Amino acid sequence: MARTFTGKVWKFDHDINTDLVIPNFAVLMTLEDQLKHCFSANRPGWVDEVQPGDVLLAGRNFGVGSARNIGAVFHGLGIVGVVADSFNGLGLRNCINAGLPPLPCPGILDVFDEGDTAEVDWVAGAVLNVTTGATVTGAPIPKALQDIVEAGGVEAVLRNEGYLAAR
Amino acid sequence: MGMNAIEKILANHSEQETVVPGDVVVVDVDVTVQFDSAREDVLKLANPDKLVLLHDHVVPAPTVQAANNAKRMREFVERFDIKNYFPVGQHGISHVLVAQEGYALPGQILVNADSHTCSSGAMNCLARGMGPSEMLYILCKGRTWYNVGPTTKVVLEGKLPERVFPRDVIHFIPGQYGDFAGQNLEWHGDGLAGIGMDGRLTMATISAELSVEFSLFPYDDVLAEFLEGRAKWPFEPVHPDADANYEQTITVDMSMLEPQVVLPGKVAWNSKNVGDVAGQKVDQAFIGSCANGRLSDFAIAAEIVKGRQLAKGVRMIVTPGSQAILKDAIKLGYVETLMDAGAVVTNSTCGACFGGHMGLLADGEVCITASTRNFQGRMGSPKADVFMGSPATVAASAIAGVITDPRDV
Repeated sequence: MARTFTGKVWKFDHDINTDLVIPNFAVLMTLEDQLKHCFSANRPGWVDEVQPGDVLLAGRNFGVGSARNIGAVFHGLGIVGVVADSFNGLGLRNCINAGLPPLPCPGILDVFDEGDTAEVDWVAGAVLNVTTGATVTGAPIPKALQDIVEAGGVEAVLRNEGYLAAR
Repeated sequence: MGMNAIEKILANHSEQETVVPGDVVVVDVDVTVQFDSAREDVLKLANPDKLVLLHDHVVPAPTVQAANNAKRMREFVERFDIKNYFPVGQHGISHVLVAQEGYALPGQILVNADSHTCSSGAMNCLARGMGPSEMLYILCKGRTWYNVGPTTKVVLEGKLPERVFPRDVIHFIPGQYGDFAGQNLEWHGDGLAGIGMDGRLTMATISAELSVEFSLFPYDDVLAEFLEGRAKWPFEPVHPDADANYEQTITVDMSMLEPQVVLPGKVAWNSKNVGDVAGQKVDQAFIGSCANGRLSDFAIAAEIVKGRQLAKGVRMIVTPGSQAILKDAIKLGYVETLMDAGAVVTNSTCGACFGGHMGLLADGEVCITASTRNFQGRMGSPKADVFMGSPATVAASAIAGVITDPRDV
């Protein structure tokens, strides 16, 4: 996996919770069906606009809430990385384990307007607003956790090591 | 600089002698808990004798898909000869059950996918929600990693006033201090002696809504008594070093607290004294979940509704945290009292708390709940509003039909 991802940004506020990503009625659905309902309560129609290669930006406490696998949903929608002021610990785990690069970066919402293009070195923490030239520096996740992301997530690790049956 | 209790438990389970904030620590897991389903492609397990399997979120199965998931779990139990299994009929909400059955033990590390796993911090047990993928890793390998965050020492002083509860304490703190994303809470202070295990379990459970990594209570006389004859395995409690490292100290004088209601949508910076929202009309009142589905919650709800009737047009739902709690609530007459008032007492399940398979809210409705979350759409329609209060506040509001101070009834 490349240490940099580049894409058009979507901006979300503080305290974006898991139930907004995967609503109650979608909890038991397959991942493919869950994708259709992401943010249906707070931003109806977003899943029709988001494109593979886009980047998610959010405020403080991103991913607060349940164990619902938000990383898998964003990954499934083609989001290439998430940059947020701060992450809920479980939300962070679910991004890492889904192989979706997360970058904690206080102040991220101040340097982007929605639709700008971000270039994010999630390994070093350097964020560039390609549209305006503005920069901001995040606090990258530790190397040991970057390795899980780079391996493609935790299931890929297990499958490679023979703990899971071949697909 | 010494270590706090959270850092010591992490160090005890790792190859590191000391653990400090900023570390990523790899630990051996003691107990693994899994609910509702199991994967068919798992080939080998690290520690099947320390695996606890149960059904809780959607039970008994409300859909064919849930039934198929449950069937996969039963097949998994057979395939790996799992001893610690709670079939439907002996079921309960995972966090309630691991406390009740003595699987969550002091000084140990317990894992479970579910976000309210921090509940077991009440037992001086290091526990947090792991998410579904991570559980797969732990089932196979028996170990995991934790980001070590800074720890806040919360000192509880004084005694809670009449009809103010531990649930109000755990609403008050995020109302004053916001979220604790990436951080830990350790509970201290003389006031703890007056908070029983049910109350501590409520506080540890709702710590998830404060976005904490871990929420840890001390091993003291209250916990020792609770574990007597209950603990499934030997354990070694962990206490903080005298010169332990804390990021900050928060002191709460519980004698000054009012009942606290959390407004809809989020928990950080969103609590009010009940008086500030009194009069808000409600359509549904719910008491249950891993936060407040315990016997003491039934007791206070029954005390408040006894001899009264629910307000016209209000539904009240009460869900026990386990089959055992339901049996006790029946024996003690709480179920009859609640039903006489017009409440519905349900089977034990996560059910209404997550709008899973019953008790959903309609467009424009308002719920006052003593469950775990107030997020938009959490308990049904995204156009409904969810306020959170203690079981006493919920019961008083159900009788009045509007959010009501439980000290006024």
